[in-house]
Amino acid sequence: MNEILRINNLNLWYDSKQALQNINMRIYEHEITALIGASGCGKSTFLRTLDRLHDLTPIVRITGEVLYKGQNIYDPDIAVTQLRKQIGMIFQKPNPFPMSIYDNVAYGPRTHGISDRSQLDDIVENALRGAALWDEVKDRLRSSALGLSGGQQQRLCIARSLAVEPNIILMDESTSALDPISTGKIEELALKLKERYTVIMVTHNMQQARRISDRCAFFWLGEMVECAPTDQLFNQPKDVRTKLYVSGSMG
Amino acid sequence: MQTLTVSRTLELSKNMPNAWFRLRRRIWNHGMLAIMYFTALMVTLLLAGLIGFICFRGVPFLTLELLTSASSYLQGTIGILPNLLNTLYIIGIALGFALPIGVGAAVYLTEYAEHPRIISVIELAAETLAGIPSIIFGLVGMLLFTQLMGLKQGVLAGGLTLVMLILPILLRTIQESLREVPNAYREGALALGAGKWNTIRTVVLPSAKEGIICGCVLAIGRVVGESAALLFTAGFGLKLNDFFTALESSSATLTVALYIYASEQGEIDVAFAIAVVLLVVTLALNIAVMLLGKLSGRKA
Repeated sequence: MNEILRINNLNLWYDSKQALQNINMRIYEHEITALIGASGCGKSTFLRTLDRLHDLTPIVRITGEVLYKGQNIYDPDIAVTQLRKQIGMIFQKPNPFPMSIYDNVAYGPRTHGISDRSQLDDIVENALRGAALWDEVKDRLRSSALGLSGGQQQRLCIARSLAVEPNIILMDESTSALDPISTGKIEELALKLKERYTVIMVTHNMQQARRISDRCAFFWLGEMVECAPTDQLFNQPKDVRTKLYVSGSMG
Repeated sequence: MQTLTVSRTLELSKNMPNAWFRLRRRIWNHGMLAIMYFTALMVTLLLAGLIGFICFRGVPFLTLELLTSASSYLQGTIGILPNLLNTLYIIGIALGFALPIGVGAAVYLTEYAEHPRIISVIELAAETLAGIPSIIFGLVGMLLFTQLMGLKQGVLAGGLTLVMLILPILLRTIQESLREVPNAYREGALALGAGKWNTIRTVVLPSAKEGIICGCVLAIGRVVGESAALLFTAGFGLKLNDFFTALESSSATLTVALYIYASEQGEIDVAFAIAVVLLVVTLALNIAVMLLGKLSGRKA
């Protein structure tokens, strides 16, 4: 098992309010790591630090290190666009761009300088196949992405991420806006994706975490309380807070 | 129990409006309704009457010759082709300069500016600019462009003056449309490794396209209707010029020509014909805005 991310002493403040406290954690390759915890406990905030998406919010201050393959992503020398190419993000609500299905998937590769038509066609087809969407949309690649259903839109967003060939895929409650069938498809997809990528997902749904994750981290009030293989976290939690939360008596 | 019911009905009947009160209320109701109908009718009649009157006076003189020739004392013709063209030239110049500036400023204000005070100062400046009477723009334009910069009176000086006039409208509408672009689009693009400018160029601006076009149409409407700011800057010339000659030779737009024909040459009929042309142009612009609004509404 290779370590792909290591988080050292990570703290985060919104203005003067501390949202993450001294987080230390490791993420391993080809695993699904689930982040669970009550609303407002900092799990989404934490996920966004891994893609440097807080850069957009000037009031956020971050200390500590996030080592990606041994290199701190908060190092001033790091090229953020290259980093975000390797660490993709799927958001809570599907956010396809108001363009055609094809252009959505081709957006990333085009941004990174690929303009050859047949090469783009291949990338788009592979990405859509990877996101289990190809058969549903192959005949209408030119029509607007906004015409797809919510679940299809979310898989399109996954395809869009896959098209830039990331190493890590972050999912921020990516099934919470979807119906159970679409959720099932995305879960199945996540299990397939971990063969080639590393998946880190925030979820409100403990059953989901239990079903598909290999490792699970429990967040409570901005702290990472416990991180362990999923079975262990749910069946023999070490911390009393984890125990209360997974048994449903706290949260 | 029974006494309670009785006393309650008594109380109710005390509060019940009597016949006189009810009558008064009905009269009041009908009276107010009549006044509403009357005022609505007044507005409609005023508008319809105005349009009808202009068409009645103007349409008979709206000949092909008028629209396609220039005025000439030697040939004894009167035509507004030069003024039509001058109006188009000025639209081109004003929009050509104002649109890039407006888009740039709006992008800066919505996407880059972080200091709230800078934003509010610029917005206040733009709002104030929008409220200044246009003759003052004419005065400033004359001093700035014809005297200080040494341009001759013409569509260039006039167009540049109107840039100042339409910039606030453009800035405001473009800013609004950029704000309406969901943040999820920006985050989505950034998460794919697009740079900030790249995100704006490929995702934000295309999503705001309809709003930007709407702003342009509004600005064009303002340019078409403007006369005061052009008197000192674009001038009164009625000669037919090509674009490059018109840049620095006195050229009257449709509205200015209307003023000239009506007040200086006593050609009231021509003035009314011009009014009809202006009316049609304005109507077409408004319909265009409405259609655009519908189009963008359907997409969302």
